[in-house]
Parts: sequence; structure tokens; C-alpha cells
Amino acid sequence: MDFALSEEQELLAQSLRRFLEEDCPVTRVRELVADEPGSDGGVWKALCELGIAGLLVPEEHGGSGLGMLDAAIAAESLAWGVCPGPFLASAVMAPIALAEAGTPEQQKRLLPALATGSLRIAVAATELVSKRGEAGVEVRDGRLHGTTLLVLDAFGADLFLVPTDGGAGLALVEAGAAGLVQTGLPTVDRTRGFAELVFDGVAVSEWVGAEGGAAAATRRMLDAGRVVLAADALGASERALELAVAYALQRKQFDRVIGSFQAVKHLCAEMAAELEPARSLVWYAAHAFDHEPDEASLMAAHAKALLSEVGPFVVRTATEVHGGIGFTDEQNLHYWFKRVGVDRQLLGAPEVLHEEAARLQGLVD
Amino acid sequence: MDLTYGPRYESFRDELRAFLAEHAERAPRGGVGVSAGAAGEALRQWQALLIEHGYAARTIPKEYGGYGAEPDILERVIIDEELNAAGVSRGVGGQGPEMLVPTLLEHGSEEQKQRHIGPTVRGEEVWCQGYSEPGSGSDLASVQTRAVEDGSDFLITGQKIWTSTADVSDMMFGLIRTEPEAKKHAGLSYVLIPMDTPGIDVRPLVTMTGQAEFNEVFFNDARVPQANVVGKRGEGWAIANTTLRHERNMLASSAVLDGTLRSLITLMGEERVNGERPLDSPVLRDRLMSLQSRVTALKYHQLRMLTAQLQGRPPGVAGLVTKLAGCEVSHQLNGLGIDALGELGTLYDDSKHLRAGGRWQSQHMFTLGLIIGGGTAQIQKNIISERGLGMPREPKPAKA
Repeated sequence: MDFALSEEQELLAQSLRRFLEEDCPVTRVRELVADEPGSDGGVWKALCELGIAGLLVPEEHGGSGLGMLDAAIAAESLAWGVCPGPFLASAVMAPIALAEAGTPEQQKRLLPALATGSLRIAVAATELVSKRGEAGVEVRDGRLHGTTLLVLDAFGADLFLVPTDGGAGLALVEAGAAGLVQTGLPTVDRTRGFAELVFDGVAVSEWVGAEGGAAAATRRMLDAGRVVLAADALGASERALELAVAYALQRKQFDRVIGSFQAVKHLCAEMAAELEPARSLVWYAAHAFDHEPDEASLMAAHAKALLSEVGPFVVRTATEVHGGIGFTDEQNLHYWFKRVGVDRQLLGAPEVLHEEAARLQGLVD
Repeated sequence: MDLTYGPRYESFRDELRAFLAEHAERAPRGGVGVSAGAAGEALRQWQALLIEHGYAARTIPKEYGGYGAEPDILERVIIDEELNAAGVSRGVGGQGPEMLVPTLLEHGSEEQKQRHIGPTVRGEEVWCQGYSEPGSGSDLASVQTRAVEDGSDFLITGQKIWTSTADVSDMMFGLIRTEPEAKKHAGLSYVLIPMDTPGIDVRPLVTMTGQAEFNEVFFNDARVPQANVVGKRGEGWAIANTTLRHERNMLASSAVLDGTLRSLITLMGEERVNGERPLDSPVLRDRLMSLQSRVTALKYHQLRMLTAQLQGRPPGVAGLVTKLAGCEVSHQLNGLGIDALGELGTLYDDSKHLRAGGRWQSQHMFTLGLIIGGGTAQIQKNIISERGLGMPREPKPAKA
């Protein structure tokens, strides 16, 4: 019985945080994303050199062959530093899809490039969860038609992984392919680059899995995305709590540090009391993804739902603890607030995930 | 991360299952009990069998009436899991075995251990805890019930409140002010008090649930030997604190939450309102799933705390939040049970149409009591912020 992080996992978290503190503090993030959301300068390249992009890639393909818990730890640390970079799509969802449904040849060709970071794959997953109007991509005469919104980690992508016909197939499409129009969609969180893609008879460069036969891989990719988004919200909230406590211990009003007032202390205690059990659930959802196939989807939904509730509570409370200064642009606290806000909406907000959790347990048709 | 128990523990589990296959039929049902009243004898017999096989009082030394095994957290967990799964009693519980016995093992004199531990774990001696007073709740160290020396005895005068099982107890362990000249915390002693001492009066305390779950205990020159002090005089505060945290974690067990959640899911699938199940209401379903995510989180949180204990690593702030988070979820689960019943959720006592004996209402109220008892939610937040997050204590106001 051992429900704890290993020494290696704790080391991974520490070294990532140290790297981000030194090489990419929020002041640097702010400069990087000022012109274009998701723009990471050389940060993603440096992270790839640390092996972050290849965590989930098997060793035979140049990665570390680690599991979803390791990926969750990395995601948590990256969000702790509101770090830009395509970890979610390119280092988690795409490698999972390729590992589940890719041919040996595809794995041999694409996974090493993902692991080194020389290849970036963005994922068009929004319509798996919610379709707006006519959105959705379908296959007609072997070509792609339609629209997809909020493609994950679209900034700088070389390829797009596109679920087709409601998730039945998984198509890889080259960025800049004929008939494909890419439009950046700025969100409130500038640390990530989203886009809309409009397909007008775009050629599929290759299928991951059989054409129209990748539903199981798509499901795994979605579960993985949810676990990692939950971890992202966890890491961002955790940092917001740290910043709130640190601020409360130095800010003085009425001749006392405000952290000595119970009104302020209790806010901090409430944040910790919400976050710590939620952290335990993120760990279990990540563990279940690799080791408990019957529970994997349910736990991914629950973890993402809980962090989508807890995360926003923590970042707004941390902002309140900061008082007026927390509301300013200059203080930079809003980068965590916005990161968590976007985490909550992606791949299913709580009400969507609760509905899915009920269905997965047969509580409702 | 490895959630398996390994072969040694699985064979321990197999032995326990074989024991249950043979004996479970004659065992009292569910939970832990206090060995008083009509059910007392059956519970004591079951307890004796559990101790003989090492499934109760497992780590209590043999010379004090226990089984004498080395402490092993996973064995403890497996015993609880299997007895719960079989629906049989986990034996004699309550504040004697769970709080007094560990305290005596750590701080008691040899004579106190010999005299009390055996009868307590066998269920022959029932205990209550005398800590809170009407004027001393969150500020527990301010207790006023005092002991005045009279020869080799103390004469105890004062009042305790919130005393569960005082009406059926043989003994009380209490915090009594024995050193009136000493400073607040240093003036207290941990005293063992026979409840049949003349001058002790127990009155039931009826709570908002309508049940007398607690008592008030009045002392009027109750004569108790000074030898009944555990540890040294004036050390009572430190001794009482060794077991208080244990109680806080007991109040929010994730197995109880899980049981309540399962009952709630059953309820929401069985009731019919306008021909539909409560589960068919998207709003109620959303609340149910939100609570399920929290119950699940607390289940794995408990496993995380267990691992920290196994590895001898301090759990940090994560170890301080269980009572606060668990009691809140428990209260909300019972509140959803009432809402799922709609108008019929209001029924109580022996009303016609009553569901589950009125448990959703009574537990909704009782769990509010748990949010307050054993250190209020506000005291928990002080502890979390001060010990867990390193924030300063609220300064004392200057004396006028």
C-alpha cells in the first residue's frame, strides 16, 4: 500500500518549479504572451530538453515511458508557473491517441519527434464535448469539411489531430494544408494559444487508427486531457494560495500583518481544505487512467469536475486576500485566475462532467 | 504508487474471512457499540471472541487484556474493511477503548493500566469523556470544574456538558482544575472519576434532533482519590491533547461518507415524484455527482494520510483538513436526502410515510452538531492556518 508520490515524482515537481522560477517567472510569461496568446519563446524547447514533452512516450520511441501520474505532476508544476507551451495537446493527448490507435510505423515516425519537441500536434477536441451550431468536422469523399472551435494548443502547431464524425475517426492534418483556414481565438488566458479551424475539403495526411474506427482511442485521449486539466487547475490554485499566504504575511493594516486576522486566516484555511482532498483525487484519477480501466473515465470526469469547482473558488479567494492590489494588472495574480477559469470550461465544465459521471454509472439513460 | 496490499496482508485477510465465515452469523450487527444496556452482553461475547483471534484490542499488550500484536496500520485497515463488509460489529467502541486506553498506555501508572485497560477493552467498564463545560467550549483550557484537596482525596465541584454516554458509563476521564494558583493550561489534571461517586448527577441533554445524544454531568463535592490522576498533576492539558486529534479524524471517516452516499443513491433511485425518480431531475443529479466527487476525493485523501502514517512522514496541512472537509460533505449529503424527498423530507418522529426512520432529517441535524463538536469549524480553520500554513495567532486584546 503506497498512495504517495515517489521520490522521482517529487523531484520532477521540484526541478520543474525551480526551472520555471529561474527561467520563466510570471514577469517573463507576461512578456512572452503579450503579442500572441500561447507564444512561449524558447521555453517549450527548454522544457523539451528536460524531457517534459516525452514523459508519456515509450522509451523505445525516445521518451521516458512514464505514466499519467507523472504527466499530472508535470502539468501541475507547469500551471504553478502559468507556463505557456503545448503540454496538454502535444505531450499528453496526441501521444495517448498515437499509443492507443497508431500503427507501429506511425508511432516510430511521430512519437520520437513529439518527444524531442521538434513536432507539435494540436488537438481539436471541443466538439467531443459540446458542439456550437454547425461546428464539427465530417469526412466526405475522403476529405474534411466543417469547423472546429478552440483547438487546444494551436499556437505553433505543425499538425492538427482532428476527431471526425463525432469522434469516430482521428485525422491528422498538416497546418497550412490547402482549404484549411486557421484563426487564432484569444481567450482570457493568454498563456495558451487556441484557434478555430475551418475545413473546406482538406486532405487528410493520415488517419490515426482506422478511418471511422478510433472511438476508443478518442475516449482515452479525452480522459487523459481531463486528468491533465484537473492537474493544471490544481497547480495554478496551489500557487494562488501560496501567493495569498505570502502576501497576507507581509501586508500590514491596522498595525498588524493581515494574516493575523482570523477573517483572512480562515479564507486561507478554506482554500487549503478544498485543495488537499482534491489533490488526492487528481492522483487517483491519474493512477486509475493507467491501472484501473473500469474506473478511468469516471475518475477523470470526477477529478476534472471537482477541480473545476475548487480551482475557481481558490483563485477568487486568493484574489480577495490580496485586496485591491490583487485586482490590478501589474500584480500578475490574474494569470493564475485566468488559467483556472479556462481550465474549468475546457473538455467539460462541472455540469457536463456530472452528467457524464451519472451516465457512466448507469444512474441515468 | 501501489494500491495493493501484498501477499502477507492478503493472507491475513484470508484468515479473517475464514473466521467471519465461521462466526459472523452469531455476531451483533454493524458499527462499533458501547457495551451497555440490553445489547451489552452479546457485544461483550463478540468482543471476547474478536480479542481471542486478534481482531480487537489487537495491539494492546497481553498483560492488560489485549492480543499483544505489534502495531500495524494495514492490519487495522483490513480488519475494519472486512468486518464492515460482512456487516458485523467491529466490537466494543466508544471513548473508553478509542481515547482512554491509548492515553493510559502512554501516560498511565502501572496500577491504572492493570486496573482499567482490561475491563475497558472487554466492554465491562464503560467510559465517558468529561472535557467541555458550559463556559469552556472552544477555549477548552479555561475549564472551571475544580478539585479541592481533602486528605488523600479530591473533592470535585463543577459541571461538564456534551458528555456522550455519561448515563451508561461506569467511569469518566475528565479535565479538572486541580492547581488553582497555576496558569490556565498548567492548572489542569487528567482525572479518572467513578460515575457512582456520591455527589455526581447526570442529566440527559436533548439536542435539536429530539434525542438525548449527550448529557450534562454535575459535581458537588464528589470525592475521588488523588491517586486517580493520570500522569502528574498539572499535566492534564498535554495528556488530553494526545487523543483529541484522534477524535477529530474519527468524526469524519470516509467509510461513513461512502455508506451515506450509497444510501442516497438508492433513495434517489427508488422514490417517485410525478412519476419520476429524483435521479431523473438534472438539478438533483448534478448535486449528487458533485458530492460524489467530494466523497471520492476524501476516500483517497484518507488513503494518502494512511500512507504518510505508514511511511512515518508528516502529512503537513493535508493532515489537518479532514474533519473540516468531511463533516461538511456529510451534512450536505443528508441535506440532499431531504431535498430528494421533497415535501416528505419534512416528516419526522413516527409519522406515516416516514422514510428510513427519519434518518435524513436526524442525520442532517446531527452532522451539523459534528461540524461544531470536537473543535468547531472555526477552530479547525485556526489550526489549519496556524499549524498548516504558518500564519500567526490572533493577538490577544490588550487588557482594559
